[in-house]
Amino acid sequence: MIKIAQLSCGTEYSGVQPEIENAAETVGAKMVYPDVNMESIDKAVKEFGFNPNSAQLKLMIARAVELAENNYDADAIFIATCFRCAEAALVRTELRKYVQQHTRLPVVTYSFTERTKAAQLLTRMEALVTIVERKELLARERQVGLTAGLDSGSSTTKAVIMRDNVIIGKYWLPTTDVFSSAETALTKALEEAGVKQEQLEALGTTGYGRFTLGKKFQAKLVQEELTVNSKGAVWLADRQKGEATIIDIGGMDNKAITVRDGIPDNFTMGGICAGASGRFLELTAKRLKVEITELGELADRGNPGKVKMNSYCSIFGIQDLVTSLAAGNTLEDVASAACHSVAEQIYEQQLQEIEVRQPIIQVGGTSLISGLVTAMEHTLGQRPIVPKDSQYIGAVGAALLSSGLLG
Amino acid sequence: MKIFIMPPNSLILFDLVERFGHEPLSLMGELRERVTSNEIEAPPLNVSSDDVKLGLKYAGIEVPSGIRGRLAVYGPLIDQAEAAIFMEDAPYSFGCVGCQRTNELAKLLIRKRRVPVLSLDYPENEDQAKDMVFKIKEFLEGLR
Repeated sequence: MIKIAQLSCGTEYSGVQPEIENAAETVGAKMVYPDVNMESIDKAVKEFGFNPNSAQLKLMIARAVELAENNYDADAIFIATCFRCAEAALVRTELRKYVQQHTRLPVVTYSFTERTKAAQLLTRMEALVTIVERKELLARERQVGLTAGLDSGSSTTKAVIMRDNVIIGKYWLPTTDVFSSAETALTKALEEAGVKQEQLEALGTTGYGRFTLGKKFQAKLVQEELTVNSKGAVWLADRQKGEATIIDIGGMDNKAITVRDGIPDNFTMGGICAGASGRFLELTAKRLKVEITELGELADRGNPGKVKMNSYCSIFGIQDLVTSLAAGNTLEDVASAACHSVAEQIYEQQLQEIEVRQPIIQVGGTSLISGLVTAMEHTLGQRPIVPKDSQYIGAVGAALLSSGLLG
Repeated sequence: MKIFIMPPNSLILFDLVERFGHEPLSLMGELRERVTSNEIEAPPLNVSSDDVKLGLKYAGIEVPSGIRGRLAVYGPLIDQAEAAIFMEDAPYSFGCVGCQRTNELAKLLIRKRRVPVLSLDYPENEDQAKDMVFKIKEFLEGLR
């Protein structure tokens, strides 16, 4: 069983400890708590170099030092503290850097409220387990045979057919009913590829609908989107070796993942505030009465400095947008400000939780909105790489990884 | 009288309060109640997300959930307190609830109730320890 070491403060008094343990159990892992001697806590805090006032944070540090010194056996690390606690946020961030410097264990950080439920933690826990259990599979760099990948996302469903490391068919459409959307996407992709479904040697599913579709299509691989998308991103960007940061701004949630040789070692996943999601840009396009495909180009012609827009909430964001339009700002300036608002929130919410490594690869459907890529460039000081077919990362990753399961 | 102790799970303070004829208000008692109740299943402390909402009586929604959850458990003890003893800068082996922010807020809540408070420095040697016990005795006897 995969052992996930928990370094945390406040989980028990927030009532979320059972949720954490349930999430781990669901994916075949168990939470473990590195043993620490009372005497070793002060020593560990001294070695770490940051002395928090709260004793539970000192214990977190001591547990991390035990892992760093190989005194305790674990396969992955989960670092969690209360949302809005400044002292804990400092420790969480610095501790994440410390364990990444001193261990090769995959890490995920999380700040919780009492509303945190096991379902919200499931994808993160599943990804930790996948990284540990399927390291060899994740190390696969070439797709072989004839395989398909289905990515059932919150906004769109994507299908890709690959043969011998080449994409030969692809299709995407907005997600309505999970089944029919996937069927249509797969049929169209198969048509483009000129092959029949029976000829497929393997099929992989990912995204929100992965379990449902996995059953229906008898998938060889059913895997969460953090590891699958990482694989797809480095394959599409041809960055399989070395380090990279993947930014995937999805319809409902965002992912920032650092990879080493194509395998994730740290990731964050947002999903609380819709103001930082692709959905906000959809709402923006609708309000500006342009197609979402035109929004990026419109934004590229605008000046974001002329409009103030930076709301965590998509509803308040749209209110800002309406006010800006009423004040006489142009559609271009407002579109640009909306893209910058999303980029800034990705920077504030996601990229602060990981160590940004070069190159930065921006993927997912929103990476086709050039104004958003420009906004990320302004925020990060460097233009991210957007590979061809960047919206198909999940489907490509699923097709590639499922080929690794061929007998 | 009912005496709130800080740290609220200090066995030494609990024992001294009891020895000098008062009723200590402690975290141990509250948690025992929870973990032996058959109706709650949120181990190890049986603090549920509903309890955390009760903490809103003591701290606003913008306060981290861990603080509200702690106060949900021993905030009611603060409400009952007729006097309090605070041990300042005590090592965590003396008694500890893990969160310094909660400790500070709990002390403020006690002070706002304007009940008698004895604030002590943690003793560093035997003489100071004797002096500490003497001060506690004097404080508690003075409450009668």
